[in-house]
Amino acid sequence: MGLDRSTLGLGAAALALLAAGPLLPDWLRFVGTVALANALVVLGVLLLMRAGLVSFGQGLYYCIGGYAAGVAGKYWGITDAFVLLALGVAASAAVAAALGLLLSRYREIFFAMFTLAFSMILYGLLTKTQALGSTDGFNVVQASFAGFRPPQASVKGWLYALTVLVAFGCAIALQRYLRSGMGYAGEAIRENEIRVEYLGVSVRRVIYAKYVLAAVLAALGGGLQALATGHVGPDMAYWTTSGEFVFVVLLGGTTHVGAALAASFLFELVKSYVSHLSPYTWQLSLGAVLLAIILFLPKGLWSLRERFARKAA
Amino acid sequence: MSAILSTKSLAKSFGAITAAADVSVTVEEGEIVGVIGANGAGKTTFINMVTGYLTPTSGSIHFRGRDITGMPPRRVVRAGICRSFQVSQLFGELTALDNMLIALGMLREGALGWIAPLHTTRRERQAREVLARYTIEEHAAHPVATLPQGVRKLLDIAMATVSAPPLLLLDEPTSGVAIDEKFPLMDTVMGPVRASGAACLFVEHDMEIVERYAARVIAFYDGRILADGPVAEVLEDPGVRRFVIGSEIHRARAG
Repeated sequence: MGLDRSTLGLGAAALALLAAGPLLPDWLRFVGTVALANALVVLGVLLLMRAGLVSFGQGLYYCIGGYAAGVAGKYWGITDAFVLLALGVAASAAVAAALGLLLSRYREIFFAMFTLAFSMILYGLLTKTQALGSTDGFNVVQASFAGFRPPQASVKGWLYALTVLVAFGCAIALQRYLRSGMGYAGEAIRENEIRVEYLGVSVRRVIYAKYVLAAVLAALGGGLQALATGHVGPDMAYWTTSGEFVFVVLLGGTTHVGAALAASFLFELVKSYVSHLSPYTWQLSLGAVLLAIILFLPKGLWSLRERFARKAA
Repeated sequence: MSAILSTKSLAKSFGAITAAADVSVTVEEGEIVGVIGANGAGKTTFINMVTGYLTPTSGSIHFRGRDITGMPPRRVVRAGICRSFQVSQLFGELTALDNMLIALGMLREGALGWIAPLHTTRRERQAREVLARYTIEEHAAHPVATLPQGVRKLLDIAMATVSAPPLLLLDEPTSGVAIDEKFPLMDTVMGPVRASGAACLFVEHDMEIVERYAARVIAFYDGRILADGPVAEVLEDPGVRRFVIGSEIHRARAG
């Protein structure tokens, strides 16, 4: 199987980010880590949106990923980042496997509202659970890496590298997936479910698989976010968190996974800057940006790249 | 000859409305059958029941001796019955080539890869061959939503036939197509069907098309079978002339 342009481009970007890591100021490296962790969740939302499904509840799996890492560290003394991430993935996949049985029956607003409702149920449960810090959440252990325990000052650098590797690894795999038969099945379902059934394929099974896959991505994002910030809280499951992931997909567009990564970074950067400059009105600024995107670039920022490529050709 | 499709006393009701009643049909291997009837006579309901889109209220459907009553469409398709639609069911934003590639990947190969790309040289060649057989290869690169109705109809039928099904059901293949395009379209469609030896049921309002392409006709009226037999015989049947063909003439004059 040859390496296509997307794989090479994403691979090169990952190597560049890894090489640049030690040179970046701490604040930018932190923004990059958080942005790429969140980009993993965004990739899942993108995957579902290409199948015509909008999830306003990916915060559910983001939160499960984060809390699994937090709980395993706090109560079981596990510090290995790979194990903590794997636990979050397993927990999320199990929950998604159960909820997916119900959600794969629903479309459009009903799917969106169900996803939102389940994430809000988790939010409600967490805010009432004293042992997990209720509304305040709790701190997450400092990560080690397959037996290697870096000095405290360099942990964030290692987490940045891990996040780059996981986010770009997943992005490359997902881009290949989107071009596969299963990937195209999503677009086919978005366009015409009846035809897909009459081509001998179970629409529900395809949607189920995509839903579980999106949950796994969200759990990885939540776990990395928890390790990077050193804290988890129920806000991870709140619906506005899920809304931000949808916002980022709209910002970038759904044509390429690179859009999710770039838009996530842009979003975190703008959020950091604007919330610093104007702490009470930053949502207003983001709303204005989204309005501009919808009006002038309905297919997201990534369409700019395609426009330039067409002009160059 | 042996029966490829056999329905016994099929019925379908929607509350108080009876869409089909006592529909018993046997179709032989390789037989080409025209299905006629006024709008609402039960033709599409019959096709929808056979292909699993509707579950019959009562009765049974056997395909090559196997009971397929109530099976979901994807299983009916896997069993060997494919269909086209009165209103073309395509992936509108994708190109004709992508539509055909998806059909090949899903229907002919029966499995979808998770990583292996859908676009391969071999599959693209096969897709273009099918498009060429249906005279629409020049439209391969165009999004389907932008294509003329006749091309969409052909693509809809082409996608249904990629697995060379032994039984093909065509729901009004020429509806919405310009009059002078109807016969060329039917020639294009029926050529490969005859060559493959598949059985075919096609719903049609144009009696000239029925006479030319079908060996046998089933006439529906008010959810029931009014007549079933050789074309000349059925088209001369007084009931058919009164309730089916008459309505066509009336429709044509009114239009």
